Amino acid sequence: MPLNIVVLAKQVIDPEIPMSAFQVDRDNRRIVTPANIPPVVNGFDENAVEASLQIKDSQEATVTVLSMGTGFSMDAMKKPLAMGADELVLIQDDAFVNSIDSAVTTRMLVAALNKLGGFDLLIAGRQASDWDNAQVPLGVAELMSASCVTLGKKVEVGDGKVVVERIVPEGYEVVEAPLPAVVTVSNELGQPRYPTLRGIMAATRKQPTVWSADDLGVSPDETAPLLNLVDLFVPSTVKECDFIEGDNEEEAGRNLALKLREAKLI
Amino acid sequence: MAQTGVLVIGEIVDGQLSLTSKEILAAGKPIAEQLGQPLAVALLGADVGGAAQEAFACGADIAYTATDPLLAEYQADLYLAATDAVCREADPAVLLMGRTAIGREAAPRLAARLGVGLAQDCLEVSVAPGSTELRANRPVYGGNAMATVSCSSSPQFATVRPKAYEPAESDPSRTGEVKQVQVALDASMARSRVVSVVREESEGIKLEDARIVVAGGRGLGGPEPFEDLEELAKVLGAGIGASRAAVDSGWVPASWQIGLTGKTITPDLYITVAISGASQHIAGCSGAKVIVAINKDAEANIFKEARYGVVGDWKKVLTAFTETVRELVKS
Repeated sequence: MPLNIVVLAKQVIDPEIPMSAFQVDRDNRRIVTPANIPPVVNGFDENAVEASLQIKDSQEATVTVLSMGTGFSMDAMKKPLAMGADELVLIQDDAFVNSIDSAVTTRMLVAALNKLGGFDLLIAGRQASDWDNAQVPLGVAELMSASCVTLGKKVEVGDGKVVVERIVPEGYEVVEAPLPAVVTVSNELGQPRYPTLRGIMAATRKQPTVWSADDLGVSPDETAPLLNLVDLFVPSTVKECDFIEGDNEEEAGRNLALKLREAKLI
Repeated sequence: MAQTGVLVIGEIVDGQLSLTSKEILAAGKPIAEQLGQPLAVALLGADVGGAAQEAFACGADIAYTATDPLLAEYQADLYLAATDAVCREADPAVLLMGRTAIGREAAPRLAARLGVGLAQDCLEVSVAPGSTELRANRPVYGGNAMATVSCSSSPQFATVRPKAYEPAESDPSRTGEVKQVQVALDASMARSRVVSVVREESEGIKLEDARIVVAGGRGLGGPEPFEDLEELAKVLGAGIGASRAAVDSGWVPASWQIGLTGKTITPDLYITVAISGASQHIAGCSGAKVIVAINKDAEANIFKEARYGVVGDWKKVLTAFTETVRELVKS
């Protein structure tokens, strides 16, 4: 039996965009997605795809990418397929347009994972760049009684267990855990591979499986949020930059040092 | 009995209550007072030593202690089992945890185990007068927006960002009640196992702990200029980092990356050189007390975040800056 790997990947607003491109619709408590800036797959989730493909490079494995959201961009979500993943499964339901609750997302993903027949290894990015919760994969591990290792920079599988190089402040530790396991990975894993032309062609032909909450047999009770968004606003920042000058750039540099000394910062 | 009180999951570092725990106690105290209920702390370890008394001095009324030799070293599965047991025993209305390395891993799993929602990474937690509802403010989208969230499950559970609160002031004359909680742990509960620990030679100071951090970005144009930055870092005793652009270009290791997809730093002084300040970078350094920017583009976003700035060619500015700093530090 090939190793059954599932990767969780989330579509997010491109975090590299300038701050001026962010708009908050406070009345509707949502971020207005800039129309001209395409969404991307969360950066750490691309690391997760890379981790899964490295395993697939060395042993028989299938990689299924699973995501929950609304308004999916196929350009973004098919990138993992173009990188080499086998299947794409999207949970898409307008019921979740304004959902901010990781607990709901967790339940939906668990329902989908059960429908998919479970997993041997589930890999996800350490956190998402929008809400930065770092919560969903850990919740999935709990609800599915899988072992759980966070902050991986290298992930290998053998003998029914996963071996993870896990980042700790003083370096890394090598952690073993039995399968089925949930592993989150970090950018230290290295640059995700670029899609090949062949990969892009193959991805174009693949159609994602799309499921709604109904398809997953999840009742409205189970999707009632445990966390509510009361307000969403732009924080007031009143930072005045004190521009340090001089007759030339060297003098400005010296004056900056003197200023920091005066402010007792150095 | 109805759920009551505020429970702070404390952390013990080197036999003492951690600084972050004292901050979270400071965050929890006004909530407990508003609710008219006790402030409690959970302390877990092989031995909790004097941490309970430290917590009382910092405003706690009750200390729930769980001691077991298996808790000597942090192991997520065992720690979680013990925390879960303490939470069920204490049965609080509000549960608070620091968003530390342990909190990041344990809180989401504990929330799933308790079947409750979790407000993460909060800068402010409060209960309005006359209400029992916890309101939490937290940055989202790399700090571009602030969200106020509330929990519709109980206990109301939040993780608080380290350094968001000043540590509680200590009053050594305060006392409290110690309640021991029996936790039935056995070694087989630990599903993951650390096989070995590899200490990586890190030449500099740890970014997360550094009081001063210097970092460089795309504008440096290559790996060599980071040697100039390392020189400055050495003079200041600072940690050294980089923006994602510099890491992606392969100029410096990934472990140097500061930002949403890298490390989050909270130094007193953060000196950026040739970093434009994309929101994803700001997300990792918004906790810095003072940001200094050297950049040739006066319109760069970094100047919106900076307290002090110099517009100019980084090479000329930095060389003179480092020389002057060297003289000042010596004197």
